[in-house]
Amino acid sequence: MTWTLIVLLAAGAYAFKFTGLVLIGARTLPPVFERCLALIPAAVISALIVKDTLTSGQEIVLDARAAGIAVAMIAAWRRAPLIVVIVIGAAMTAVVRQVS
Amino acid sequence: MTVSGPQSSQPNPGRSPDRPPHWWREESLRPMIVACLTLSAAVGVFGVSFGVGSVAAGASVLQTCVISLVVFTGASQFSAVSVIGAGGSIGSALGGALLLAARNGVYGMAMSRRLDGGLGRRILAAQLTIDETTAMAVAQPTRREQQIAFWLTGGALYACWNLGTLIGALAGSAIDPETYGLDVAFPAGFIAMIWPLLSRVEARLAAIVGAAVCLLAVPFTPVGVPILLSVIGVLVGLRPPRTGGESPVEIRS
Repeated sequence: MTWTLIVLLAAGAYAFKFTGLVLIGARTLPPVFERCLALIPAAVISALIVKDTLTSGQEIVLDARAAGIAVAMIAAWRRAPLIVVIVIGAAMTAVVRQVS
Repeated sequence: MTVSGPQSSQPNPGRSPDRPPHWWREESLRPMIVACLTLSAAVGVFGVSFGVGSVAAGASVLQTCVISLVVFTGASQFSAVSVIGAGGSIGSALGGALLLAARNGVYGMAMSRRLDGGLGRRILAAQLTIDETTAMAVAQPTRREQQIAFWLTGGALYACWNLGTLIGALAGSAIDPETYGLDVAFPAGFIAMIWPLLSRVEARLAAIVGAAVCLLAVPFTPVGVPILLSVIGVLVGLRPPRTGGESPVEIRS
């Protein structure tokens, strides 16, 4: 992590917020544009889950993290609170790591 | 550009002249106030998760806390730290994080017509314009309640998010995160973040495309680039939705 990235990230993130709230204001975008923007979190966050669970650098690996995330997904599916999802996922990962 | 802690953790909706001074004593507003504070406390848990994951990914405690203070948009922070921690370049870390930050611009447009106040107050409001503050505000029936919900959630959430980050960063640097499986704090947090979105068919399709593109791209592209490519998943939105009544704002738990 570098301070350069932190500064650029803060500036970029604020720029989006500022642009919407202050510069563009109460105008509407074409519906198709809004639909696509609304789908960014689903597309990008699911990619982040895949990256953090199944990869190491440029390699695809299957290790203790996959077991932890599988259990976390079941917890989320059963509507468990956030903290339970994270703790269960971490605990499962730790246990599998210990026994393997 | 950035917002200092004490200033924004103490929103003051009572300052506006058209509001009675003791809005928090009003019985009718109590359920909304409780909802705003509960949501903020829950997001504090995400903050702990960010703190733990960020130091596990190699950031210092100070860097981790500064990120939460100045960036203040959860998914982007998680994304940037995750990509850098895996060895990605600054460019790819920034690109992925800014893709996730773009929706705050849309929230800003939604909030623009609901917030009173001049430029100074809007500059501060912009920093607080994220998923949760927008969702809480647009859910309120009147303009006055929308503003109270926005500022109350914004202030409480800013405080909880940063306190959570500090606690997580200190805890994460005191123990070995891998021993306790805490390297999955990020993906498990992402699971919790994405789950409420997946009730919509389009979001499920976008998620599947995003995940598949990422997995296919990992062996062939530098670290972080698959995250950028996953944005292809949003093309699902080019098709008109099958059912009406689509909400412009996603509420995440």
